[in-house]
Amino acid sequence: MSFFLETLIGGLMSGMLYSLVALGFVLIYKASGVFNFAQGAMVLFAALSMARFSEWIPQWLGMDNLFMANVLAFAVSVAVMFIVAWLIERLVLRHLVNQEGATLLMATLGIAYFLDGVGQTIFGSDIYKIDVGMPKEPVMMLENVFEGGILINKEDFVAAFISAMLVLALTIFFQKTATGRALRAVADDHQAAQSIGIPLNRIWVIVWCVAGITALVAGVIWGSKLGAQFSLSTVALRALPVVILGGLTSVPGAIIGGLIIGVGEKLSEVYLGPYVGGGIEIWFAYMLALMFLLFRPQGLFGEKIIDRV
Amino acid sequence: MKLRKLAVAASVAAIGLSALFTTPAAFAAEEQFFPVLAYRTGAYAPNGTPWANGFVDYMKLTNARGGVNGVKMIWEECETGYATDRGVECYERLKGKHGGATAVQPLSTGITFALTEKAPVDKIPVITAGYGRSESQDGSVFGWNFPLVGTYWMGADVLVQHLAKKEGGFDKLKGKKIALVYHDSPYGKEPIALLQERAKMHGFDLSLLPVAHPGVEQKATWLQIRQNKPDYVFLWGWGVMNSTSIKEAQATGYPREKMYGVWWSGAEPDVKDVGDGAKGYNALAMQHGAEPNAKVVKEILEKLHAKGQGTGPKEEVGQVLYMRGVISSMLQVEGVRAAQGRYGKGKRITGEQMRWGLENINLDQKTLDSLGFAGVMRPVQTSCLDHMGSAWARIHTWDGKKWNFTSDWYQGDEKVLRPLVISTAGRYAEEKKIKRRTADDCKK
Amino acid sequence: MFYRENGQFKTSYKSDQQIFPIPQDRWAIVAIVALAFFAVPMMVDEYLFRAILIPFLILSLAALGVNILVGYCGQITLGAGAFMAVGAYAAYNFLIRVSGMPALGAILLGGLTAAAVGIVFGIPSLRVRGLYLAVATLAAQFFWDWAFLRVKWFTNDASSGSVSVADISVFGWTIDSPSDKYLFCLGILVIFSLMAKNMVRGSIGRQWMAIRDMDVAATVIGIRPMYAKLTAFAVSSFYVGVAGALWGFVHLGSWEPAAFSIDRSFQLLFMVIIGGMGAIAGSFFGAAFIVILPIFLNQLLPVIGGWFGLEVSIALVSHVEIMIFGALIAFFLIVEPHGIARLWSTGREKLRLWPFPH
Repeated sequence: MSFFLETLIGGLMSGMLYSLVALGFVLIYKASGVFNFAQGAMVLFAALSMARFSEWIPQWLGMDNLFMANVLAFAVSVAVMFIVAWLIERLVLRHLVNQEGATLLMATLGIAYFLDGVGQTIFGSDIYKIDVGMPKEPVMMLENVFEGGILINKEDFVAAFISAMLVLALTIFFQKTATGRALRAVADDHQAAQSIGIPLNRIWVIVWCVAGITALVAGVIWGSKLGAQFSLSTVALRALPVVILGGLTSVPGAIIGGLIIGVGEKLSEVYLGPYVGGGIEIWFAYMLALMFLLFRPQGLFGEKIIDRV
Repeated sequence: MKLRKLAVAASVAAIGLSALFTTPAAFAAEEQFFPVLAYRTGAYAPNGTPWANGFVDYMKLTNARGGVNGVKMIWEECETGYATDRGVECYERLKGKHGGATAVQPLSTGITFALTEKAPVDKIPVITAGYGRSESQDGSVFGWNFPLVGTYWMGADVLVQHLAKKEGGFDKLKGKKIALVYHDSPYGKEPIALLQERAKMHGFDLSLLPVAHPGVEQKATWLQIRQNKPDYVFLWGWGVMNSTSIKEAQATGYPREKMYGVWWSGAEPDVKDVGDGAKGYNALAMQHGAEPNAKVVKEILEKLHAKGQGTGPKEEVGQVLYMRGVISSMLQVEGVRAAQGRYGKGKRITGEQMRWGLENINLDQKTLDSLGFAGVMRPVQTSCLDHMGSAWARIHTWDGKKWNFTSDWYQGDEKVLRPLVISTAGRYAEEKKIKRRTADDCKK
Repeated sequence: MFYRENGQFKTSYKSDQQIFPIPQDRWAIVAIVALAFFAVPMMVDEYLFRAILIPFLILSLAALGVNILVGYCGQITLGAGAFMAVGAYAAYNFLIRVSGMPALGAILLGGLTAAAVGIVFGIPSLRVRGLYLAVATLAAQFFWDWAFLRVKWFTNDASSGSVSVADISVFGWTIDSPSDKYLFCLGILVIFSLMAKNMVRGSIGRQWMAIRDMDVAATVIGIRPMYAKLTAFAVSSFYVGVAGALWGFVHLGSWEPAAFSIDRSFQLLFMVIIGGMGAIAGSFFGAAFIVILPIFLNQLLPVIGGWFGLEVSIALVSHVEIMIFGALIAFFLIVEPHGIARLWSTGREKLRLWPFPH
């Protein structure tokens, strides 16, 4: 029982982290109809920027304060991600308005390549450390309830908490601010939004900036967990089933989808894996998403697809 | 308008292309050419880079020492990114340059598999020091593969021996649980055959836990370890997978003292950003560990880095993977030397002659000492039938700051290894319709 | 001036319905094929054969298959690499398990197996569409990646999971030299391209395109979506499977599942989108772009660096290589969102009027 709970909690934590990456996909798809394959590359780029600036800034300024270094590095990385977002919108996507989905997808893949190259050229391709003081040692909980207690990974817990906060902040931003309302209007109908005077280009820059921030947060969390290195861009592949399971257009979908996938893949690996040789979690996640899709082709929370001839 | 621009761009590209293919091949009789298939980018760059630096530095050092009987080493690097198709392209690109490649070291099991097919046709030996297919030790079938100094089967065998010694005898292994956490690829699967053999012999329980490339998601794997509580964990990872494993072990509270990595999972990039969490983690040392005090390291620092001719950063010289590169490079240089002994000193040798050289490497302790490898390596002697040449290994442990040797030398058990090598190589021979070389063929 | 159609009158339906109704096109194609068969083997060296031309031909064939599904039937797939793997491993198993199996037979049977698997994984397309389907096809990719690593039967119990085949021979022709391999792949590619061209201009191709353009409307005019989509999956997987078998048998000789990893799937989709969706020629342009450009950049950059007296490290070269590659993808899509094939046909239109555009 306690082991089942441990697996379940582990799955939920992983799921939260997947949601964080999935959120980036959803935000951009919702507002501009672009399926942004560069999200993984953005996570990597942001993580590398964070890792390197937190190393460089103390050297430049000659200070020795980890906290300040991290804060400054984070601020610089935010600025970097804004510039990246602005450049992507300005140089590429602005010229591709109203193109087919496949073309846009391909363009973001081009961006992903470009970012991978630039990131590694500027920041290097070694493993870099992001030290934001995440606790690494596990703790035992509920020792009086179960024999042996439940092992909880504090780092995952903190990460999941930060993700939850970010989601909450984004929800408030979308629901309560004027910009958020404009964003939702654009998401609903580009032309109608434009006709009432919402500047589309600016909105798209904002969306890309927000996606850049989520990428940065995801990058810092994953980077602190795994080290900032090229492999980080592959976490996007783990987030894809989350996106389609939750629905491409739904922020809550990304969260719930993340939790379902996280729990599903961990449980399957631990309980089914040993019978078939293990290593099944990644395809199991996709199969799970596919099963859900067979019943709801637009994802759990996606907008219903209406066909007109 | 757009079309015109494109046409201009295309013609510029065409001019560039023609410039590429008309570069005259520099050819000099007293130079020995080695392609360097390296990866300094991508998911495995942190581990590929130090290896390549050491590899190139030793060739520079050889030249600084005056070459092999006056023959200089020349090389050209090509980036494979650990991808098989790029590796094959690099090999094809470089194999004919500068009068032909002498030998090739792909540093990737996948590329090794692909090159194994091409080597007999091109007559270029493939050196895979410490990796590649274990059965290629059998030189009578794999005439062109040289897993010098170590194969995964030999490594796995040594790990089991070490555990037996620790527990106080092979009979004590009965009923013990060992988990193998491996990179889900031919590389990671290599040791399974031998471990299963050993498990049958000694009655320990082997559980297999694969991790998908690139190995950044291992939560489920370590949850299973937490559930099964194996007595020991063997780690067969590469790149970022290694450090992730150690971090997950820390996060699930599995004692690092009971973890044993293969020699590709026991280097500085794997542990340094885990810091204290990696303390006590053990790994197999392919003879050498981190060797900051070896004579050859000092010589490299003095003759190359002091003059600003070193390949990588200075701090890296003497680290584990750097040393692996140095040793891989040294073995091939010594292969050249051996071949020159037969085919003419001071002459350039061909790939085919290089093979003879590699089959007749005989590095005794005195030679090793004179090359600066005292205390780093044990003697290596290859033959036509044995392409490995040495089955010694030891264990080293990370103390939070550096790697220290914590065991004596072990030797892979021929009684276990040999039958497995012969039978697996035999199956390959059958599949590819290869006739085994006989002792007479070897003399040629 | 040279490329003009006026004055060419079609006097029968037959002549109007030829594959290449314009004689200039016809002769150009014949000339290109003849050049590829007779002139190229005499001119190029081993490096070009083994490192560029053979991969280019095989991946063109795979891209052709993907184009049938993505470009003609509108079903985006990210799982093409898996079907290459199925083709390769199935062919391998047919070759070693059935005694006396000819290599060509094994390759074709490998393609057929891939087609059958393709139908199974095509079933979700009846319900799931667009990007959702694209991501769902990744399930096939990861599943087969896993299966070939884990199920020992597929790899004939090879301890490492990698398999190898000896040089193959077809009707007594032993294919071992690079030029033989090139000619063999070229032969298969030409036959398969002609088949594809005929299919897409026939009834089945029109059904696919109707489904692509608007599946509900297509259903209304009496096209069975199940039949059309599943045949597209089957034909596409057959092509991709044959390409996979060739990749293993002819190009690599010995391979592991990583040879058909997700990167391969992405690569194939790129080829189709960059080359031009719904155009047979687009597959070739795309394959050329994706296969040759990175290698070309990789070799060109040090040369350019040399002009300025810079020694460029290989790490920087490959970083700059992927940067330029990525930028070029974006640039091409901005210039011509419908791919290189469309650029080509625009060029042809211009050529028709040249030199008197007005």
